Amino acid sequence: MFGYYLDLALRSFKRNRVLTALMVLALGLGIGASITTLTVLKLLSGDPLPQKSARIFAPEIDPLTAASTTPAEKLFQRWGNLMTYTDAMNLLHARKAERQAVMALASSKVTPQTPGQHPFFSDGVVTTSDFFTMFDASFQYGSGWSAEDDENRAHVVVIAGFLNDKLFGGANSVGRILRVNDHDYRIVGVLKPWAPQPRFYAANLGGRGYGNGDALFMPLQAAIADKVNTQTVNCFDSDVDIDHLETAPCAWVSTWVELANASDANAYKTFLSNYVAQQISLGRLHHPEVALPNMMDFLAQQRVVPDDARMQTNLAFGFLLICVVNTVGLLLAKCLRRSREIGVRRALGATRAAVFTQFMVESGMVGIAGGVLGLVFAELGLWAIRQQPAEYASLAHLDVSMFIATFVIALIASLIAGLLPAWRACVVAPAPQLKSV
Amino acid sequence: MTLHPILAALKKHKAGVTLITLQIALTLAIVCNAVFIIGQRVERVHRPTGIDEQNLFLIQQAYVGAPTGDDAASIEKLDAMQRSDLATLRGLPDVEAVAAINSLPLLQSSWTGGVGLKPDQQHSTEHAAYYFGDDQMLNTLGLQLVAGRNFTSSEISNRGFRGVGEPPMVIVTKALADKLFPKGDALGKTVYLDGLAIPSTIIGVVERMQIPAAGGWGDSFAWNSVLQPIRLDANYTRTAVRARPGRLDAAMREAREGLFNANPMRVLENQPDIGIGIMPFSEIRARAYRADIGMAVLMGVICLILLCVTAAGIVGLTSFWVGQRRKQIGIRRALGATRNDILRYFQTENLLIAGAGVVLGAILAVGLNLWMMKQFAMDRMSLLYVLVGIVVLMLLGQGAVFAPARRASRVSPVEATRSV
Repeated sequence: MFGYYLDLALRSFKRNRVLTALMVLALGLGIGASITTLTVLKLLSGDPLPQKSARIFAPEIDPLTAASTTPAEKLFQRWGNLMTYTDAMNLLHARKAERQAVMALASSKVTPQTPGQHPFFSDGVVTTSDFFTMFDASFQYGSGWSAEDDENRAHVVVIAGFLNDKLFGGANSVGRILRVNDHDYRIVGVLKPWAPQPRFYAANLGGRGYGNGDALFMPLQAAIADKVNTQTVNCFDSDVDIDHLETAPCAWVSTWVELANASDANAYKTFLSNYVAQQISLGRLHHPEVALPNMMDFLAQQRVVPDDARMQTNLAFGFLLICVVNTVGLLLAKCLRRSREIGVRRALGATRAAVFTQFMVESGMVGIAGGVLGLVFAELGLWAIRQQPAEYASLAHLDVSMFIATFVIALIASLIAGLLPAWRACVVAPAPQLKSV
Repeated sequence: MTLHPILAALKKHKAGVTLITLQIALTLAIVCNAVFIIGQRVERVHRPTGIDEQNLFLIQQAYVGAPTGDDAASIEKLDAMQRSDLATLRGLPDVEAVAAINSLPLLQSSWTGGVGLKPDQQHSTEHAAYYFGDDQMLNTLGLQLVAGRNFTSSEISNRGFRGVGEPPMVIVTKALADKLFPKGDALGKTVYLDGLAIPSTIIGVVERMQIPAAGGWGDSFAWNSVLQPIRLDANYTRTAVRARPGRLDAAMREAREGLFNANPMRVLENQPDIGIGIMPFSEIRARAYRADIGMAVLMGVICLILLCVTAAGIVGLTSFWVGQRRKQIGIRRALGATRNDILRYFQTENLLIAGAGVVLGAILAVGLNLWMMKQFAMDRMSLLYVLVGIVVLMLLGQGAVFAPARRASRVSPVEATRSV
């Protein structure tokens, strides 16, 4: 029977070519727009470390002065886990979590030793030893540095694979010297490609949210000794001696911790509250509020997904809704014109269910065709997005799940659109239709 | 012509009428809000920065192997390097003016602070962006001085990028002056920067100068700029250059060659994402607003397609109704109705449907706007957008219905006599 319905549907499409084309086109446009914006939204709001994000937490404390009237919740939305160097080092040295790392971003000047190559700037992270194991950054050559290296202010550096390709043609460069910010650093490790999207650890440090990842990783304490300029420095008190950031009343480093499970997380939160209470009694801190969101909650708190992207997705689905309404209207009109044909079929013995199925098959076919066209439009839309200068642009590609989603959305949309016309068709009473013929 | 027969006919097509009404309503709601967003973005993008943007370009560079700027001697060394670069640039044939400056409007790299009216104020009166530079800032950027005077070259001091200290005099924008001193007598008054107790006298007021942040958190103080007579010394410098009229490209080329010839130990390859290179102001503007422009274009395209889809829907549905009613139309024609009567019948019918659609749509549009105000911190939409949207959709309906209606009006009275 199914084959027969397909045949009937094709005949019906042939009879109303313009109208069928219109329905398919409208549905295709709606689906194309929806899939394009959904792909971008999915890309923007993705999980940067899917295997681990639930175990990574951002401790947040309020370092503001006693005079501050900013509610802690507002401050956490703005600063996240930014804190003063003193607090970050205290948390780091307490070692209450499985792993912990302190970090800041520092765009750094790299001077190649090969003659003829100009110096250039690269995205850099200044951090502590646990960074690589905690964030699942694996090494192509060598390894990270140790906690002793941190304390000894060792001048060592880990570089990204792409920087290794650029400077050393991809060869094992461990042990070689790299001149960064006019200081010599010894390369101890070369990373495999590592670029979490979004770049969660940069969300509140003043860095780009997406892109091909950082090129340089250096020990924080060594970089401070070299007077590194970090991307974000938020000072909250007067009498700032910005030249000694380690002791200045400025929040400029962020701290991340890895905790195995929920009970560990609760324990850590208690530790954090106790730490803040202790610092309040010492007169260093003044506000008792703390927070410990996990990575995905942190990204939501920092509003990493731009409002524009969410607005575009809403708009696209509004657009799809109108296209579906449009298709319902046209299918309905078409089916009502075929009352006579339905009457004949019913009189010849077709059941209501058969007529209903016939019309659903017809709208399903419109849906499939709309889905194929939608796929074309989505590829076109994503191509257009890749031409944009946005930092996430080059990542906008249709993946398998979105490919399937296209057809699921298309089929659901068209079947919903087909329900009313098919129902109207199957309740047509055969007798009056036959009389006039 | 009475409406009665039209209403009676419409009752027979409840589902179709409801659908087309709904479609018009949804279209109106979405198009109004989208056009409102476009309008807002376009308005933002066209705000004048207050500087003369033509022939202006920015040089951002870093020295290699320069002193760190930790002690007085190395700051003086850096200052000498910067002054030598400024002199090199001023000597170029296609360069009109050159100023050391820490940022430019729309550059998205700001240094901000609080401006207070009393020493040691806990909460500053106004938040503002600081521009640090020399006495050439005003004329290089083409800022309009509305009161007072410019800095003189002897008033320019220099300090390390991380140094402290507030200047004895500042120039402020009119917007900031009016907020601090609503009586309009800001000139000669004293302000205190960063909640400190160091007085700074306002010696000049410029008409307008936008802050470096374009949008987001900067919107609340977009016109509050403070110009300070301080040349900042670091191993990273920014320099604003005004080329002679029409010689922008040549001047940019000369600047690159001149600087490299004077001292090759610097990073000057264009890497705009990390703030290195030579770029015309038009590019700074484009980079600052590219997201807004992208959003406006996308909204515009979607609106256009939506209107087309809705128009096509009306054409399709009306065509069916015309096809279905050929016999009735024939009878009316046979009973003496003119072609115009038939045409007007379908036009009135569409007017009724579209009318119901736009009434519903207007409510939806306002509701959608309220929802977006909550979700995305949007502004309230002016009702003018809804009114214009209503007119456009009514016209669209009339336009879309015209072709099928004309086809209906050409139905011959003979149809009445045919049985099918």
